[in-house]
Amino acid sequence: MQSHHLPATAGVGFKSAHFDELADPGAVSWLEVHAENYMVEGGPRLAMLDDLRARFPISVHGVGLSIGGEGPLDPAHLARLKRLIDRVRPAQFSEHLAWSTHEGSYFSDLLPLPYTEATLARVAAHVDEVQQRLGLRMLLENPSSYLVFEESTLSETGFLAEVARRTGCGLLLDINNVFISASNLGTSAQAYLKDYPVDLVGEIHLAGYAEEDDGQGGPLLIDTHGAPVADPVWALYAELISRIGPRPTLIEWDNDVPDFPTLEAEAARAAQVMAQRRAA
Amino acid sequence: MSGQGAFAGALLAPEAARPEALRDPSGARATRRFDVYRNNVAVALTEALAAAFPVVQRLVGEAYFAALARDFARDHPPRSPVMAVYGAELPDWIAKFPPLAALPYLPEVARIEQARREASQSADAAPLDPRALAGLSPEALAESTPRPHPAARLVPTRDPALSIWARNAERPDLAQSPPGEVLITRPKLAVLSCAAPAGTAATLDALARGAALGAALPAGADHAAIFACLFNAGALVPQGDPEP
Repeated sequence: MQSHHLPATAGVGFKSAHFDELADPGAVSWLEVHAENYMVEGGPRLAMLDDLRARFPISVHGVGLSIGGEGPLDPAHLARLKRLIDRVRPAQFSEHLAWSTHEGSYFSDLLPLPYTEATLARVAAHVDEVQQRLGLRMLLENPSSYLVFEESTLSETGFLAEVARRTGCGLLLDINNVFISASNLGTSAQAYLKDYPVDLVGEIHLAGYAEEDDGQGGPLLIDTHGAPVADPVWALYAELISRIGPRPTLIEWDNDVPDFPTLEAEAARAAQVMAQRRAA
Repeated sequence: MSGQGAFAGALLAPEAARPEALRDPSGARATRRFDVYRNNVAVALTEALAAAFPVVQRLVGEAYFAALARDFARDHPPRSPVMAVYGAELPDWIAKFPPLAALPYLPEVARIEQARREASQSADAAPLDPRALAGLSPEALAESTPRPHPAARLVPTRDPALSIWARNAERPDLAQSPPGEVLITRPKLAVLSCAAPAGTAATLDALARGAALGAALPAGADHAAIFACLFNAGALVPQGDPEP
């Protein structure tokens, strides 16, 4: 079904402002696009994507399937996604462990869910449905957390591992999200990565966060995708790569988008971490 | 109410109680932390509207636009995750929003921006080729049945909305456009806007319903000007061939 695999190198989230500069992509060897931005009939967006897919492996990243939703998946949205996947034939497709639609209304954020046997069964059924409908093996991404649910009975790593076991899906490991969640919930990012089923990682996300006040004198980290990757996130990344080897690694920078050289430098840094591991 | 129902209900309504079963790491109820999601949703909706209606945002100011976006979202929350199409109801909503009655041209500017967005996302199609009409007699031309390009939109304006749009969109070439019909289309990849002669909207409507060109041009209108406008803007496609 997929024309090729995403290479174990560095990629960036595509921004139309960078289209011309991608003629000389430097360390950027693949691109990720948000599926929903291309669910239109025609015009310049799709023309750009058609051009890019001839030059770069493309990863399609969905933000609106609401896989963690209480209700059924939206058949109209699945149909739009299928149409896009058939057009782009991406190297990979990924979505989030989150919900965003309730009773037909879409909430433009990745909203959290409790980790219980009931939500596990529902998420696994939704992942199954997506994989069957699209005819591919998808990756599921860990969220950034700001709060916890009283009713949760499972760890996030255990939840993700079990969804993957039941559905055969792979995982997208967002190390920035791991760091943000650990900081916000007072847990350990190293312990999370130790528990995480690293063999299933098909892609890694790196991004920047903003630090706000939690109202109780402590920091509250916000997943903004609007800044350089922070040093402690780079450290977690380097540690992980030295343990598991190179994996396709994306720099996500969606807000306050920098000029291309700044973004490319972040990709080059990820590429260098992977090169050091290869040389070791 | 279900867990997600309570969560969803509290997202768009600042006065709604935050869901109870959410905790911060100390075990206290998560209020400040729930507000991260409220804020994310509000910011994302505002950004989606601002991307589609940049001139409206410029005319009312960023802070006012953000407040307007929140009010609009309560009446019209997105019904699909495709934010590229979110806010199609905004022009009509602004027209009925009493605090903005002092800016009567604003709904018309918003309609121009909405038409430009639709044109940028519509199906691609090759416009009618001039060579196809070159040898036609006036009679044969009148009997020809071109159809509107999928991107073609007509926006009627009573105020000089195109001119106001142009001055705020850094388009000095259109800054002196009169009120009247505004044609928006996209023959290739770039969206075009221009002032159209009276009767252009009626002509496009008739062509869309299947009329021949001669019958589509309304009586009393400047037929040559309408045809030249539609033709030069690439707003027509050959009969029966609306797709590329």
